[in-house]
Amino acid sequence: MSAIVYVPGDAAARSLGADAVARTIRDEAARLGLDLRVVRNGSRGLMWLEPLVEVSTSGGRVAYGPVAPGDVAGLFAAGFLTGAAHPLRQGHTDAIPWLLRQDRLAFARVGVVDPLSLDDWRAHGGGRGLDAALAMAPAAIVDAISRSGLRGRGGAGFPTGIKWKTVLDTPAPQKYVVCNADEGDSGTYSDRMLMEGDPFTLIEGMIIAGLGVGATKAYIYLRSEYPDCERVLLAALDRARAAGLLGASVLGSGRAFDIVLRRGAGAYVCGEETALLESLEGKRGEVRFRPPVPAQVGLFGMPTALNNVVTLGSVPAILADGPDAYAARGVGRSRGTLAFQLGGNIRHGGLVEVPFGVSLATLVNDYGGGTASGRPIRAVQVGGPLGAFLPASALDIPLDYETFAARGAIVGHGGIVVFDDTVDMAKMARYAMEFCAIESCGKCTPCRIGSTRGVEVIDRIRNGERRPQNVALLRDLCDTMTGASLCALGGMTAWPVLSALEHFPEDFGLRPAAAGGGS
Amino acid sequence: MYSVKEQDAGTPEGTGTALVTLDVDGRMVIVPEGTSVMHAASKAGVQVPKLCATETLGAFGSCRLCIVEIEGRRGFPSSCTTLVQEGMKVHTQTPKLAELRRGVMELYISDHPLDCLTCPSNGNCELQEMAGVVGLRDVRYGLKGSNHLEAAKDESNPYFTFDPSKCIVCSRCVRACEEIQGTFALTVEGRGFDSRISAGGTDFMSSECVSCGACVQACPTATLMEKTIIENGQPDHVVKTTCAYCGVGCSFRAEVKGNEVVRMVPDKTGLANEGHSCVKGRFAWGYATHKDRVTTPMIRKSPDDAWQIVGWAEALRYAASEIQRIQEKHGRAAVGGITSSRCTNEETWLVQKLIRAGFGNNNVDTCARVCHSPTGYGLKATLGESAGTQDFESVDHSDVIVVIGANPTQGHPVFGSRLKRRVREGAKLIVIDPRAIDIVRQPHVEASYHLQLRPGTNVAVANALAHVIVTEGLADDAFARARCDVAEYDTWRAFVSEPRNSPEATEAITGVPAASVRGAARVYAGARNGAIYYGLGVTEHSQGSTMVIAIANLAMCTGNIGRTGVGVNPLRGQNNVQGACDMGSFPHELPGYRHVSDVGVRASFESVWHTILDPEPGLRLPNMLDAALEGSFRAIYIQGEDIAQSDPDLHHVEAALRAMECVIVQDIFLNETSKFAHVFLPGATFLEKDGTFTNAERRIGRVRKVMPSLSGMADWEITCALARELGYPMHYDHPSQIMDEIASLMPTFTGVSYAKLDEMGSIQWPCNDETPEGTPIMHVEAFVRGKGRFMITEFVATEERVTPMYPLLLTTGRILSQYNVGAQTRRTENVRWHPEDVLEIHPHDAEERGINQGDQVALKSRVGETRLRAELTERVQPGVVYTTFHHPVTRANVVTTDLSDWATNCPEYKVTAVQVRRAPNQDAALAPAGAPEIGGK
Repeated sequence: MSAIVYVPGDAAARSLGADAVARTIRDEAARLGLDLRVVRNGSRGLMWLEPLVEVSTSGGRVAYGPVAPGDVAGLFAAGFLTGAAHPLRQGHTDAIPWLLRQDRLAFARVGVVDPLSLDDWRAHGGGRGLDAALAMAPAAIVDAISRSGLRGRGGAGFPTGIKWKTVLDTPAPQKYVVCNADEGDSGTYSDRMLMEGDPFTLIEGMIIAGLGVGATKAYIYLRSEYPDCERVLLAALDRARAAGLLGASVLGSGRAFDIVLRRGAGAYVCGEETALLESLEGKRGEVRFRPPVPAQVGLFGMPTALNNVVTLGSVPAILADGPDAYAARGVGRSRGTLAFQLGGNIRHGGLVEVPFGVSLATLVNDYGGGTASGRPIRAVQVGGPLGAFLPASALDIPLDYETFAARGAIVGHGGIVVFDDTVDMAKMARYAMEFCAIESCGKCTPCRIGSTRGVEVIDRIRNGERRPQNVALLRDLCDTMTGASLCALGGMTAWPVLSALEHFPEDFGLRPAAAGGGS
Repeated sequence: MYSVKEQDAGTPEGTGTALVTLDVDGRMVIVPEGTSVMHAASKAGVQVPKLCATETLGAFGSCRLCIVEIEGRRGFPSSCTTLVQEGMKVHTQTPKLAELRRGVMELYISDHPLDCLTCPSNGNCELQEMAGVVGLRDVRYGLKGSNHLEAAKDESNPYFTFDPSKCIVCSRCVRACEEIQGTFALTVEGRGFDSRISAGGTDFMSSECVSCGACVQACPTATLMEKTIIENGQPDHVVKTTCAYCGVGCSFRAEVKGNEVVRMVPDKTGLANEGHSCVKGRFAWGYATHKDRVTTPMIRKSPDDAWQIVGWAEALRYAASEIQRIQEKHGRAAVGGITSSRCTNEETWLVQKLIRAGFGNNNVDTCARVCHSPTGYGLKATLGESAGTQDFESVDHSDVIVVIGANPTQGHPVFGSRLKRRVREGAKLIVIDPRAIDIVRQPHVEASYHLQLRPGTNVAVANALAHVIVTEGLADDAFARARCDVAEYDTWRAFVSEPRNSPEATEAITGVPAASVRGAARVYAGARNGAIYYGLGVTEHSQGSTMVIAIANLAMCTGNIGRTGVGVNPLRGQNNVQGACDMGSFPHELPGYRHVSDVGVRASFESVWHTILDPEPGLRLPNMLDAALEGSFRAIYIQGEDIAQSDPDLHHVEAALRAMECVIVQDIFLNETSKFAHVFLPGATFLEKDGTFTNAERRIGRVRKVMPSLSGMADWEITCALARELGYPMHYDHPSQIMDEIASLMPTFTGVSYAKLDEMGSIQWPCNDETPEGTPIMHVEAFVRGKGRFMITEFVATEERVTPMYPLLLTTGRILSQYNVGAQTRRTENVRWHPEDVLEIHPHDAEERGINQGDQVALKSRVGETRLRAELTERVQPGVVYTTFHHPVTRANVVTTDLSDWATNCPEYKVTAVQVRRAPNQDAALAPAGAPEIGGK
């Protein structure tokens, strides 16, 4: 039996040179006359160790990283194929504390399996959820999801079971499942990792959704900047179709389901579900007013279960092991696990899937190891570009939807971006407004004009022009955008701006007291 | 938006059947389910501030001014997009809402030029008004920020400007173009702050825009603005009237300053158009004050003499004396007259009254002779009434729409938009036309079947459709047997079932694949509500009347008649062609389609008119012309009709006119016919008189005087004066008195009066004691004639056939920007869209003849020849060429033949065998110098 070496094909690993490492390993093996197979797996999510090369040994997989092409000859020489010692050796992968402490459900197979091998997927527990679902009535599937407590992982946290039940209960000649894969929040990459590392789990989740709500057609709306995902998904869909997972009769059940992949066109706002639907219909990516919600009137006017990648990716585990097992994890009304993504100025960035309730401090300090610069943490932004900035003093709060909401913050898609004490928070506030200005669809006035004015007003504040008046104006503008915007883009831009103003008034040239008010 | 404001409820009312009660600012209001909170508020008398909402468009929710607070709900939902719920408690005015609205308005104004005082919308701007409503007092953002104040104006369209510096990106224009007009010419380009309205990346004139004006009307600011408003300022009063172009009969608000029309805006309350318009009615009214208007009467001894300007008294005295002289010398029947489909019902009534009572004969005819006379004949014979069966609103309930020989987006654009909207909603469309007209495939509209038949084979296609319906058991036998004469039905069934009428057998004749005919027949017969709309492509054939009958047969055998959503609907060409027919413009019929031989009917007229009427039918127009050439017909009074341009075989028409001793032309311009005239009486446009028009849905709409007559007389006054000169007393103080006379003599009009028209807006006849509110849908309980009558429609090929000499078939039609022979539209900026008529020819036929795009070609038939430019297009099938006839230089009717409908003499304009050759001298002017200008119908 030939040796198996895992070199991640994940985009993050590739950007760190994984392709050259894989090539060098193959070349070196050939030179040495060794029979060796290189599997391009997904990433384990330990970004500071990428490219993280694993070898399968009789004692399990052993990890080496970060590996550069120049290290390869030495690894062979040291006998890494048998798990031998080497300065880059990280030990048995499963025993790496960073991974050992996680509770991976949606990401259970990411980094473990060959992403495009259905056998590998099955061998590692893939498909058990679908098997269970095929034996259940639609209402029972929806009920299981409801009981699991699963909420939308895209950011809004809406109970998935209620959404599915609405689709199920809305009579229509055609229903759809749509996967929102337009992952665009700064500091987030969990959707990408799941799609690249374990696409069949997403497909499985979508089929279960279709069975649950009575949809036979599905679309994946994929962010245009994810070419690797596109390649992997297209290949996975082909294989799923060839294996009878998709098509006129899912695994011979007589129930039809198929998935079409659609690539977005580079608009952040198309991650907003109604703009996504417009774009999917071939129209300008503009937000629709709600109600009616997509679950009632969605794609092409039909009831549509529109869910995020990780939401759908969490579904198979719920069906496989039962909703109670899932619901047993988490705190309060935030059940199950969330795949947090550590980024920004952080020493150990990467993906951490743990149950809700973990504190921010645990994530950024214990997992993240503090800042990459070694300087003190000054602020953390959770939940993407529209998430509030939290000061270092607030890191003890537990991550769950309700606690964060109570603090004027959001969990969002689980992206956590760390800043050290050199950050200019007025500049970050400006960035929030600028982001909104660049990404606004332009439909509603508060967002369309307000975001551009916001940048201008913050510039005046930073330049010291009539500061008190301009700060008052900025607050009024934030109020207008929050209260009157059509969707969350304009409606939440105020959160980072006001939280920066509240916690870091000195960066705006204000004395702490002068900032006044809360967010 | 209108200059003189009307309340706008912001969104349409909901269509639910259940009623919902809610509380808006403490006022209880009850509205149908599906209604928006904004609309409900408006109904409760509460105006919620708004900019992107208007009741003619669906809710959009972008401006964020209409936010409200609803008890038990989070945040500030927009009232335009939020639907009412039972027991809802809505607050539209709270301190928080005031603050938010002011904040939004401050943002709007931070990117808006502060030039209100010099803005054309000043005093009539929703943005200005809303700034006042929300109490904006300061723009704290200053004026130095990013803005669009320097954005360049687009003045390319002749009628309106687009000034993006004033644009608030509410998308009302984009939505109007999509939802109302259905052209999809506009979009929003760019995103965020850079979002701009765009005519598809080009200027308006080069875009897909059809200048219907819906966007201009929808614009809440001066961004899209009529040039007439920019030039003349805002109007000071409004007069509601009816458009004088096509048979849709749109209701308009003439916005007037003093005696000057500043603009025409479609009336939202008008039931024919519900606030929509086309480029003609909306913008092309400048002809009314064109320098070519003749405003003084003129006479001359001979058409070869120069005109002599005279006073009214002299002109009328001369005209009357000539008629009297000719009648004394050549007999009472030596004179006659032509009524006008452009003039009012009252004026038409007076002309036929003058002829019958003043001239003492029945020599009266009208231009309907050359367009929809087969409709009158065919529908009267089968259903019992010479008119369409539905109102336009009916199409909103159709599931299958069949369009035969009509081009609604060009010829009846406002109805065309309505039809397209219904197709976008999911109705299936079947088009039967030799050409791939626009509705065959347009954005979001596509015909399920296009039966692209050879010109002249309508009846064969209709019979094949009937064959499928009957032989495949798709007929509504229960309806047909209950409502129609059973024996005739059975005879007809046997006839259409004959194998020679099968689609397979007729395919060789019609060129339409049998499978398509079968498919279309199944779709039509299977419809819950199937409606047929047709035009001159049906009537202007040697079998025009047969085809109308065949259409009625199809509707009867499928039960598609007598309720909303179905029916047989002629799309009438001219504004008052229905009315002209109703008013007795035919030599054999007194008003109301009653034969002149009917003693009782005649007696009723005789007692009111104090005269004895001729019991014998008079001459049809073609017979008058023949009689003129043979010498027995010597004088004619022509009101508002240019027979030397619009009638077929023009050489014949010209010779006949030249043979007459007195040709009296009453018109607004000198025209082709007036070249042969001895007396010219200057008429008045629709803006200069009171009266009524009757549109294609039998809707009688008021025409109201907007400005004084340029000649001092309205047409009805001229006819009265001429009658008096002839010694027949005719006097009315006002057209309302003429209508009273009409009501007293026409059983279908007894309930009609100006007072009722003012009250109801418009009335669809029959309107009498049985149906005092008028009749939107006819033949509901029973057919007007009692039992519906199936008639045999044997296909007989036209004598006009292709030969080696004339191997192509010419058919004719219309274009959106021009109207009929173009007398009006050619005197407006509409010529910018259609500067000349072109000959459409298939690339294969062109290639065979060495003809390239834009070449001048000679078009020759067995009766004449003309010359025009070639347009290579696959809209026409090989073997068929097509042209319009809006420009006199085209001389299209030089080539049309004298063949006509067997029943009504309606000319066969739609089929002429021709040859087309590349013209030898490509640089020559299209119109030979000095040649009489001739057009077509």
